[in-house]
Amino acid sequence: MIEPGEKSNPAIRQPQPHDSARMHVSGEARYGDDMPEPRNLLHAWLHLARRTHARITRMDLDRVRAAPGVVTVLCAGDLAATSNDIGPVFPGDLVFAENEVLFDGQPLFAVAAESREAARRACMLADIEYEDLPAILGIDEALAANAEVVASKEWMRGDPDAAIAAAPHRLSGRIRVGGQEHFYLEGQNSMAIPQEDGQMLILSSTQNPSELQHKAAEVLGVPANAVTAENRRMGGGFGGKETQAAWFAVIAAALAQRSGRPVKLRLDRDTDMAITGKRHAFRIDYRVGFDDAGRIRGIDFMQAADCGYSPDLSHSIADRAMAHADNAYYLDQLRITSRRMMTHKASNTAFRGFGGPQGMVGIEEVIEQIARHLGKDPLAVRKANFYGIDARNVTPYGMTVEDNILDELVGELEHRVDYAARRRAIAAFNASHPYLRKGIALTPVKFGISFTAKHLNQGGALVLVYLDGSVQLNHGGTEMGQGLHIKVAQVVAEVFGIDLDRIRITPTTTGKVPNTSSTAASAGTDLNGAAAYNAAMKIVNRLLPLVRDHFNIATEHAIEFRDNGVYANGQRLASFQEVVHLAYMNRISLSAAGFYATPKLEVDELGRGRPFYYFAYGAACTEVVIDTLTGEHRMTRVDIVHDVGKSLNPAIDLGQIEGGFVQGAGWLTSEELWWDAKGRLATHAPSTYKIPAASDVPAHFDVRIYERGINVEEGVYRSKAVGEPPLMLAISVLYALKDAISAIGGYRRAAVLDAPATPEAVLWSVEEMQRAIHAPLVAPARAAAEPVISK
Amino acid sequence: MRPVRFLLNDALREVADIDPTMTVLEWLRGPAGLSGSKEGCAEGDCGACTVVLGTPTEAGGMRYRAVNACILFVPMLDGSQLLTVEHLKSADGRLHPAQQAMVEQHGSQCGFCTPGFVMSLFALYVNETRPSRARVNDALSGNLCRCTGYRPIFAAAEAMYDIDWQEPVHAHAAATARRLLDLRAASEPLALEHAGRHYFAPTTLEQLDRLRAAHPEATLLAGGTDIGLWVTKLHRELGEVVYLGNVAELRGVEDRAGELLIGAAVTHAEAFDIIAREFPDFGELLRRFGSALVRNSSTVGGNVANGSPIGDSMPALIALGTRVVLRGPGGEREMPLEDLYVAYGKQCRLPGEYVLRLRIPKLAPGEAFRCYKLSKRFDQDISAVCAAFKLRLDGDTVTDFRAGFGGVAAVPARARRTEQALIGQAWNGATLAGAEAVLADEFSPLTDMRASSDYRRLASTRLLRKFFIETTEPDAATRVLEVEAFQ
Repeated sequence: MIEPGEKSNPAIRQPQPHDSARMHVSGEARYGDDMPEPRNLLHAWLHLARRTHARITRMDLDRVRAAPGVVTVLCAGDLAATSNDIGPVFPGDLVFAENEVLFDGQPLFAVAAESREAARRACMLADIEYEDLPAILGIDEALAANAEVVASKEWMRGDPDAAIAAAPHRLSGRIRVGGQEHFYLEGQNSMAIPQEDGQMLILSSTQNPSELQHKAAEVLGVPANAVTAENRRMGGGFGGKETQAAWFAVIAAALAQRSGRPVKLRLDRDTDMAITGKRHAFRIDYRVGFDDAGRIRGIDFMQAADCGYSPDLSHSIADRAMAHADNAYYLDQLRITSRRMMTHKASNTAFRGFGGPQGMVGIEEVIEQIARHLGKDPLAVRKANFYGIDARNVTPYGMTVEDNILDELVGELEHRVDYAARRRAIAAFNASHPYLRKGIALTPVKFGISFTAKHLNQGGALVLVYLDGSVQLNHGGTEMGQGLHIKVAQVVAEVFGIDLDRIRITPTTTGKVPNTSSTAASAGTDLNGAAAYNAAMKIVNRLLPLVRDHFNIATEHAIEFRDNGVYANGQRLASFQEVVHLAYMNRISLSAAGFYATPKLEVDELGRGRPFYYFAYGAACTEVVIDTLTGEHRMTRVDIVHDVGKSLNPAIDLGQIEGGFVQGAGWLTSEELWWDAKGRLATHAPSTYKIPAASDVPAHFDVRIYERGINVEEGVYRSKAVGEPPLMLAISVLYALKDAISAIGGYRRAAVLDAPATPEAVLWSVEEMQRAIHAPLVAPARAAAEPVISK
Repeated sequence: MRPVRFLLNDALREVADIDPTMTVLEWLRGPAGLSGSKEGCAEGDCGACTVVLGTPTEAGGMRYRAVNACILFVPMLDGSQLLTVEHLKSADGRLHPAQQAMVEQHGSQCGFCTPGFVMSLFALYVNETRPSRARVNDALSGNLCRCTGYRPIFAAAEAMYDIDWQEPVHAHAAATARRLLDLRAASEPLALEHAGRHYFAPTTLEQLDRLRAAHPEATLLAGGTDIGLWVTKLHRELGEVVYLGNVAELRGVEDRAGELLIGAAVTHAEAFDIIAREFPDFGELLRRFGSALVRNSSTVGGNVANGSPIGDSMPALIALGTRVVLRGPGGEREMPLEDLYVAYGKQCRLPGEYVLRLRIPKLAPGEAFRCYKLSKRFDQDISAVCAAFKLRLDGDTVTDFRAGFGGVAAVPARARRTEQALIGQAWNGATLAGAEAVLADEFSPLTDMRASSDYRRLASTRLLRKFFIETTEPDAATRVLEVEAFQ
């Protein structure tokens, strides 16, 4: 791949605005529900079960079918001949409940009617009777019942039990981290439009058109070539539209197939939040042995994930949690046990970070506990455990860390924020403020880039050059706001040496690039950018001999595509358009499909080996203040440095870093999912589920790209993936809060605080700290958390 | 029966035969064919649907305010100007500074929230010049973005004032105001009928009283920030609706010697300045009340008449000793606000009675008054606990104490037992401890998604303690919102 800096007017490395920015700000950018509606469009609505776990003893839909405006009604029985199961890897993800309701809100049937209102009103007319069954509502209950959606997994290295037993210090404990609603601003929606001869066109807000196409084909009972899935853009995805968009697409398509009319299914916000999966909540138990420097000698993790009622992608998510149980730290003797627990809740799914964030919180909690136990600054303990360069550099899954920049990157941030002086300033503040406490934490991120399922690490593109020299770019990735399309367009503009505005970005469609992977795992640009690069290079390589021949350029002179023209020996030979025309007249193909498969990946059946092509790194330093009377808290200052390799587009990358951090901060503080005693989600709208608002972001929010960053592997023009890793920078917020609470106890004791750290959670933690420090010193820290790991 | 008449940008629109509870967002995205405004939540909590409403001012200009279109009913546009994201570009296609700055500062990612942010920024651009960061925060408090982390949107809010723009919307404000005033003058009060349902928009108290007599069951609609949700969330069909926003007598604010009089249909945004001036901490509470978009619609009387146990204005009003003036078939009467609330969803209003105005007594010299709002998020969140306290001291003896609470009982409530534990006592730590113990026992709050019963109980006592600290240790920092970062 071309090294950076070759061209005089590069298209890459430039802070180009998002390709749709002008359309976004003028309201002209079209989303699913903005598409012109075809004639005879029907609107669909879902009937949701209001039981958490129950047998359906009676389901009479006669009144629904007879309701005004109703055209088609669809339930599980109607799909029995094809498939009511759209599980992406394992079976179990159902379109409609079959004989049993498995979570509150599970759809029982769908109605297509002449209006959305008619469909909604008809849904209310069903006559349904249930017989309640006992429900499993949380991880602890699931563990007690041994209820799993997929089998557990264990990674072991050395003899952790012996290492822990022999260590000078030992601790054990537990932390819980909550789930997170995606809260993409655009809810799930799909429109299915029947075509001639049994074909179906599906416009869907999806991150995964190919899987959606294949699932729709199964449900419709047609070959995949009869279904085309398309998406121009999403109003946010964050993982929530990776598998679960297919659910609503297949319902719309099945209704369209039966009615012979186009059908749109657009969920309202409450339905969307009630029935779609979220980030997995985790319970993480640990035992750790360490030395006087805080260096970990042996560790034993038990990670239990709340998967909801079905597998969805939970196995992969739990795998990634295991693979990030180390974060930036070398863990020598270790055991990581991963449990994938079934609960009667919506099926939890992909969410930015994909288990990685939960795994990292586990080890950061261990670091915090060690630091307080030893009376050390947590940053010192972090640094004592960082991966080494030549030694102490093999991850728990057996991959050697070859691109470690932790010391330089963290050192740069520590220096920039003047960590030691800030510590002193905070101590002074806390000494002079009886009712408030400040806290600070500087935490690292090391995040593995690639799908852990090796086969998904492939990308495809189709580049079409027209006679006027304009280019149409198609690739397998979807645009959800992350700026994928502009980055890939910059790559193609760079290869052709033409202006960015000569490249037309098109909707992602299975009709142009087949069998694509989901736009996920931060890999969108790595996979599709490389595929587009390969496609464009194919065309360039066809043009080169033609140019050489036509302009009679000797072989010792290089031919360059730059500045909208073709150059040799410093001379402009022709414009790009003229060369394109020349190729056409010489009957040379001006389109090419490009393909890319990530090299070097190899894993065994347990997922060990080299699951990642490379790592992305970052560090954040967050300062917070808490109110010890009420638990209210806020960030007062955030500083970040994050590694994106050599950025293709620094403006887009900066946006991903800032946005990822704030989204992560929400996950760990204000975003609380709350189910009532019957297992019904009560936080299913923004009135009750609180993502960060503008005022939650501190005025001092200084986010910088790591200037020395470069991908030692051949990422696209040496760039690195950026979608997910920055979310985990927000772990610094949780540990700054713990630092502030720990300050109450003179830093001799770690705060007992799970996530999300709502004001209520912080107040209880403050109360616990105050009780503990006033109580006689008998038990070690976190005596409340009993050891729970079985041998 | 005349149609609803309003200006859509500069074009007169006459909308006839419309469901009176069709939302402006539904109308825009449906019949009007303008899909730039988005539906993110249909409950006024995300701001993706933000539009700007223009109304003529007494001075002959226009007043512009950003509101949620998803919970605004179409007839409420009558006599106003509606601007959407489609209307901001110049005639020659240049982006408005609010739009251009968002592009240049990379303020959009997925773009779905962007039209709403642009409209909030546009309203800010029209109304204020180079506002402080705090003001930008407030102006954006009703717009949620899930992608950017907001930093570039702040940058856009600053940068938009640097962009050359020759077509300020207020250039033709005077002409627009004249058109609207002429339109209003030429139109009789709006009365709609659609499929057996009615909507009336009286302009005088007399008309309102006649409508109340003729339609005693009609829903009284003011800002619609709660009633809108009855339609969009609860899917209720409102049979008859009487809109109060045009009744002149309900729209007045009077600053009298010992009290403020605030008409029931005055919005929280309109009441903000005078309330914040008189009671700075009530101002801070109102700054966090709903969002800027909500406060531009929601009314002082609406919050009170709605009577929700988690309504944020009532604890402050109750602690201040506000009296509510009711008007009904039997004439006008008034009572202490707390007496209005009998039980959950039940008030002592007689059939046909409605809230006319509030009488808020000003503070006497030496009285201390503070408000507190606890929620998971500082802006646009419903309180777990809301509290307000008013203290009068003679020397160090408490001669009067009033405590208003929200979120801890079935109604907005006065903590009378706690008050009694304080009145006549010395304002000291021992008295406080006793009062905290009484308060901990005075209410039996619920556990729900906002907070547990235990937290509500403990936090209530802590807010009383905070009030004690703020009145006895005036130099002690007690509020995280006022703490700055170390640089």
